[in-house]
Amino acid sequence: MGPNFIANYGEEIAMIIFGIGFTNLLLQQNMIKKIIGLNIMDTAIYFFLAVKGYIDGRFAPIIKDGITDAEMYINPIPSGLVLTGIVVSVSVTALLLSLTIRMYQRYHTLNLDEVSTQLRKEGL
Amino acid sequence: MEFIRNFPALSIVLAMMAAIVSSALKGKWAKWLNLIVIIVIMILSGCVLVYTYQLGDSFVYTMGRFSAPWGNEIRAGVLEAIMALFFCVIMLLSLLGGRRHFYIDVEPSRHSLYYIMTNLLLSSLLALVYTNDLFTAYVFVEINTISACGLIMVVQNGRTIEAAIRYMIMSLLGSSLFLIGICILYDITGNLLMTSIYQEVVKIVADGTYTVPLVIAIALLTTGLAIKSALYPFHSWLPDAYGYSTISSSAMLSSLVSKGYIFLVIKIIFRVIGFTQFHDSKIINIIFVFGLLGMIMGSLNAIWENDIMRMIAFSSVAQIGYIYMGFGLGTREGMVAAIFHILSHAATKALLFVSAMGLRDVSGGSKRFIDLTGAGYRNVLAGVGFTVGALSMVGIPAFSGFVSKLLFGQAAVINEGKMLPTLIVLAISTVLNAIYFMKTVIRIYTKEETEYSTINELKHPNYAISITMFIVLNLVLGLASEPILNLVEYGLVMFE
Repeated sequence: MGPNFIANYGEEIAMIIFGIGFTNLLLQQNMIKKIIGLNIMDTAIYFFLAVKGYIDGRFAPIIKDGITDAEMYINPIPSGLVLTGIVVSVSVTALLLSLTIRMYQRYHTLNLDEVSTQLRKEGL
Repeated sequence: MEFIRNFPALSIVLAMMAAIVSSALKGKWAKWLNLIVIIVIMILSGCVLVYTYQLGDSFVYTMGRFSAPWGNEIRAGVLEAIMALFFCVIMLLSLLGGRRHFYIDVEPSRHSLYYIMTNLLLSSLLALVYTNDLFTAYVFVEINTISACGLIMVVQNGRTIEAAIRYMIMSLLGSSLFLIGICILYDITGNLLMTSIYQEVVKIVADGTYTVPLVIAIALLTTGLAIKSALYPFHSWLPDAYGYSTISSSAMLSSLVSKGYIFLVIKIIFRVIGFTQFHDSKIINIIFVFGLLGMIMGSLNAIWENDIMRMIAFSSVAQIGYIYMGFGLGTREGMVAAIFHILSHAATKALLFVSAMGLRDVSGGSKRFIDLTGAGYRNVLAGVGFTVGALSMVGIPAFSGFVSKLLFGQAAVINEGKMLPTLIVLAISTVLNAIYFMKTVIRIYTKEETEYSTINELKHPNYAISITMFIVLNLVLGLASEPILNLVEYGLVMFE
């Protein structure tokens, strides 16, 4: 609890959201809720990056009114990382959702543990 | 010979282009394209190996127009080239060995999809091996995960769906932790290129600032990758994922996918954090303890298992434990031993999977031990292959597993504080390995009258070539370990 605790409230909120998402992904039984947890977790990371890259009183790193002075703009790298991260997270979410559809078509449930029980019964 | 500097980037792009082109090809052509690409990349990696060896130093290749610290870089040295070459060889042999079963397990319309995934896997592995940028590494870690999931899912049954979902969940947890580790490291150093981060980390440690964030970043990066490479408490997804897919997938997953992540850990230890800083952090002891736990628990689980594929998969958990234990020793010798074990385990585990498949084929497709009785006589080549693999895993001299165990033992003796636990666990784990592998070998060489037919492997040249080459690879790693070890040590010096 140093003097920076209040100044860095953005990072702390990001970490709390990350924790919520992480717990959801790990502990929820329902696959859709799990995937929502995954998305919350990813969003928290992007929020963390965005907070880190933001500098008070500056603009988004897109040239405005022909000003090329770097002092006018925020750090563009975290924004670039967020964009890349979003692409990755979208594709991963799509993959997980398609797997969930497969699972639902086969076992008519969204609960992963129920699927495990059914598999044991099938004796596969 | 300057143009050889282009080869690492070229091989990554080549594999990726092959994946894209495969999507438009029919299965048969995709197969040939995949084969040609792997062989070409093998040759390219060989050229890089010779070039960097003669150069005596690693070289940096700038991607795009921007130079460091803004642009993206590739860095290649002897160690990277060895890994790339080795990954290509294992992938080629695994695909050859599993090809007959691939046609049985997978319906024809999916063949080209499988080769897309294989090419993507190859390109992401190569990128993980060569890249010098931490965020690029993250992106390729995700590509690696997605393609591995595709490899598991290629066989459609309930088990693989469940396994793939469990694999994805654990992997995504791991990669999120890895990503947030990168973010924190970026915050305190202001760089994403490994070389630049390293310089900043040295300054930070010298100044004594940001000690807590640095430790947390190291912890998150290693934990994330440890989850992805199935270090002991995070291994729950592994046996299903390895045990129920088609055989080429199992062999590639166990010997390539997890090794790519482990190589990234080595890279982070040496290039990003720095070996001394890593050694001084407490994280190393945690890795050491979990490595030891994995060595014992993986073997115990394997003993209890009644399914040969899952037994081999659990044995992987134990072997991953060995590798992390080598990191945890915190000495240069330990690292060399761990790197050699990566090679030795990759060669052995793929051999075990492919030959276990051959044994199943002559036992009515059953995985249970009781049905495998006498399978070594019905399929001679697979029996020999399994025996070689088992002997190597147990650590009998002349096979590759012996050399890595010897190296781990030597590395442990140098480190006084960790000598006793390492040697004791090494001994226990060897005994446990011997129990379940020798049990299987005795089982397959017990004579019994059965109705199962025999298979003459000469009629299946792909399979015969694959098994023979794996056996040769094992013997080469076991008998001619001296030059390979020298090469690894030489590569490790220029790796930093």
